[in-house]
Amino acid sequence: MIRDITLGQYYPGDSWFHRLDARIKIIWTFIYIVSLFLIRDFWGYITVLITLGLIIGISKVPLSFILKGLKPIFFIIIFTFVINMFMTKGTSLIEIGFLTITKEGIRNAFFMGTRLVLLIIGSSLLTLITKPIQLTDGIEKLLSPLQKFGLPSHELAMMMTIALRFIPTLMEETDKIMKAQMARGADFESGNIMRRAKSLIPLLVPLFISAFRIAQDLAMAMEARCYRGGSHRTRMHGMKMKKRDAAAILLMILYVTLIITQAQGILSFLMMSLIQSA
Amino acid sequence: MNHIISIEDLVFEYEREEKLEPIKALDNVNIKIKKGSFIAIIGSNGSGKSTLAKNINALLLPSSGAVYVKGFNTTDETKLWEIRQTAGMVFQNPDNQLVSSIVEDDVAFGPENLGVEPAEIRKRVDNSLCAVNMYEERKKAPHLLSGGQKQRIAIAGVIAMKPECIILDEPTAMLDPHGRYEVMEIIERLHNEGITVILITHFMEETTRAERVIIMDAGKVAIDGAPAAVFANAKKIKELGLDVPFIVEIAERLRNRGIDIPKNIISIEEMVDYIACKFK
Amino acid sequence: MQIQVKNLNHIYSEGMPYESVSLKDVSFEIEKGEFVGVIGHTGSGKSTLIQHLNGLLKPKSGSILIDGIDITSGEVKMSDIRRRIGLVFQYPEYQLFEETIYKDVAFGPLNLGLTQEETDRRVKTAIKLVGLDYEEIDRRSPFELSGGQKRRVAIAGVIAMEPEILILDEPTAGLDPKSHADILQMIQIIHSARNTTIIIVSHNMDDIARLTNKILVLDKGKLAMAGTPAEVFSQADYLESLGLGLPLSAYLMNELRKRRIPVSEGILNIDEAEEELYSILKTY
Repeated sequence: MIRDITLGQYYPGDSWFHRLDARIKIIWTFIYIVSLFLIRDFWGYITVLITLGLIIGISKVPLSFILKGLKPIFFIIIFTFVINMFMTKGTSLIEIGFLTITKEGIRNAFFMGTRLVLLIIGSSLLTLITKPIQLTDGIEKLLSPLQKFGLPSHELAMMMTIALRFIPTLMEETDKIMKAQMARGADFESGNIMRRAKSLIPLLVPLFISAFRIAQDLAMAMEARCYRGGSHRTRMHGMKMKKRDAAAILLMILYVTLIITQAQGILSFLMMSLIQSA
Repeated sequence: MNHIISIEDLVFEYEREEKLEPIKALDNVNIKIKKGSFIAIIGSNGSGKSTLAKNINALLLPSSGAVYVKGFNTTDETKLWEIRQTAGMVFQNPDNQLVSSIVEDDVAFGPENLGVEPAEIRKRVDNSLCAVNMYEERKKAPHLLSGGQKQRIAIAGVIAMKPECIILDEPTAMLDPHGRYEVMEIIERLHNEGITVILITHFMEETTRAERVIIMDAGKVAIDGAPAAVFANAKKIKELGLDVPFIVEIAERLRNRGIDIPKNIISIEEMVDYIACKFK
Repeated sequence: MQIQVKNLNHIYSEGMPYESVSLKDVSFEIEKGEFVGVIGHTGSGKSTLIQHLNGLLKPKSGSILIDGIDITSGEVKMSDIRRRIGLVFQYPEYQLFEETIYKDVAFGPLNLGLTQEETDRRVKTAIKLVGLDYEEIDRRSPFELSGGQKRRVAIAGVIAMEPEILILDEPTAGLDPKSHADILQMIQIIHSARNTTIIIVSHNMDDIARLTNKILVLDKGKLAMAGTPAEVFSQADYLESLGLGLPLSAYLMNELRKRRIPVSEGILNIDEAEEELYSILKTY
């Protein structure tokens, strides 16, 4: 169901990664996403997997919880997999009618599928181990240099804070309206695309009305609490780099190095550095 | 200065589309509120009680007449933030007034907007959360809390701004009895600490705790006075589509049958004490 | 026996870190035409239970028999269940979506595949039954109405499906005293008009005591108690331990009893309370 989406959810904890400066986590996630598109071979994936595994292990977010977040995009993953499998030209392995499965196709399909899975896991991990508020604060701080060029960084961060706050509320609302219409005999599941799109009207109209009502209430509540944009505002949590943040930057550099030097020599590289440090 | 809030000949009209007459939501309202008092405002839907609350907080400005908070006219833009800080407001829907997905960050929102120093915000947040018995939940996400808990967070968010007066607009309407009880306990505690409380409600039993009850009808103050005096007008109150508290009703019925029950008995506790005393 | 629930179990978010048992071994029976109240602390499983009765949730184990047919088995068509069991959610006015009141109320009947003629008849009857003037409002937008009226229209949308069993989840939540009384009166009319079985979830013990003939008390997913209002509300201490209160009359009597004032048992409404106080006080 709709509750299963873990993207954007926070998993409370007090691990090393939880306490890390949000700015570092954001930059790291950004580098991570770029790295997914740089890696080309098996060892690259192993590096990514180990890194991810370590972060998940240390931050104590249950794996089942993370994997559950993949369920809603399962169809997209399969789709990517299949498209890649059939659409890549190369040495053919099996031919079914006009469809050909090639060696390169299987390789591509596997890598693309894995890449997508890693992409979702990695980016949902950022929100899972970072308090939404810190996340938006981090984004605000990272973007603040661009304020000189007219980028409304505070407003963007505020919008994200509110979005994160109200995702669960709107999901609950969706679930409730859906059930209420189902109780009136609405059918959201059968029929062709046109029919299905039409069947969404009883869901979408009330949902929009709800969203507007929430927005109106919230705007009023914020005004009553003296909200007047970013100026004059102080923050309860100041952002200061700590020791662990410096350590995290070092780890980040190590990760980048590993990805860049991925290729065949990864193991020997590790061995070398171990020997050197010894 | 004795009156923290002073409402003088307040008229408020909601503008509508062209050609349509504006709707008069408040019609010549006069109320003076003493510092530190506990006032309950009741009235059926559309009686103007919410509009009145928003006028006190300068969320709405009078069409004519004036509202003074701590002596500041709400139309004085230079005093806007001072007015809102003095008269904090809690709304009906517990979900739609919390800004942040972490309890303590939400409570910090008000002081942050006021530009309070970070260390001081921390102190205020902790104190406010303790005051509403929610300190243990400070790291949680609001959507995982019960309605009563969310409403207490909203109250903490207002307390953290150090207001002198809190206006609560039907804060218990969407809560279950337990949540209602929790919120009423907190409200009473705030009042005992000297904060002026304006409670808008349509639960008659809640009004028996107040020092003064104001009944609104069609944008006007219909009845205004001490609870016992107000509820002496049971017939009129019912005509306005409202109930009277349970004990007021039963005492009235007994009085009609020749049993002389003092008019100041309006809550169950008072009735029990009265009967127990007679029985001795 | 119209409704027979046997050993119903349900688990929320199975396999998730916050998985929780929401119904545990719940069994009860309801006869045709009964007026049943469901009470319990928030999170006691009330909403989960009523969603099962309507087939919106599937139990982990156990069965729900409606006139002897098990609706939890895969063979029963959902539309057949919803034809017979209507469910009105909390704040039902938030589900209104059509341009006109007529269309909104007709949504359910049309989904059941009824003819235009039959739908017309049902919409008309339902709108009248909820106490609104059909001729005056059928072409108006539901969004122009007042809060209490919107709720009536939403309830009409379920009644128009002419269910034999009508379930209402806190139908008076958030209403002012007048609308509150109107909605309850409307439910009583629906109950008597077609001998519809009514199941009502409410936190208002006075309403429950006054309207129902049977009460189901839920606590942490279990059926803690079932019985007539007099039986259930005689257990003041037990109810309190479940975080539940008493009707005001019963509460008053209970407080008097604590002060050693001899009052009768089973007093549930203001009329009975008045008589009791009268007989106590007249001698003094």
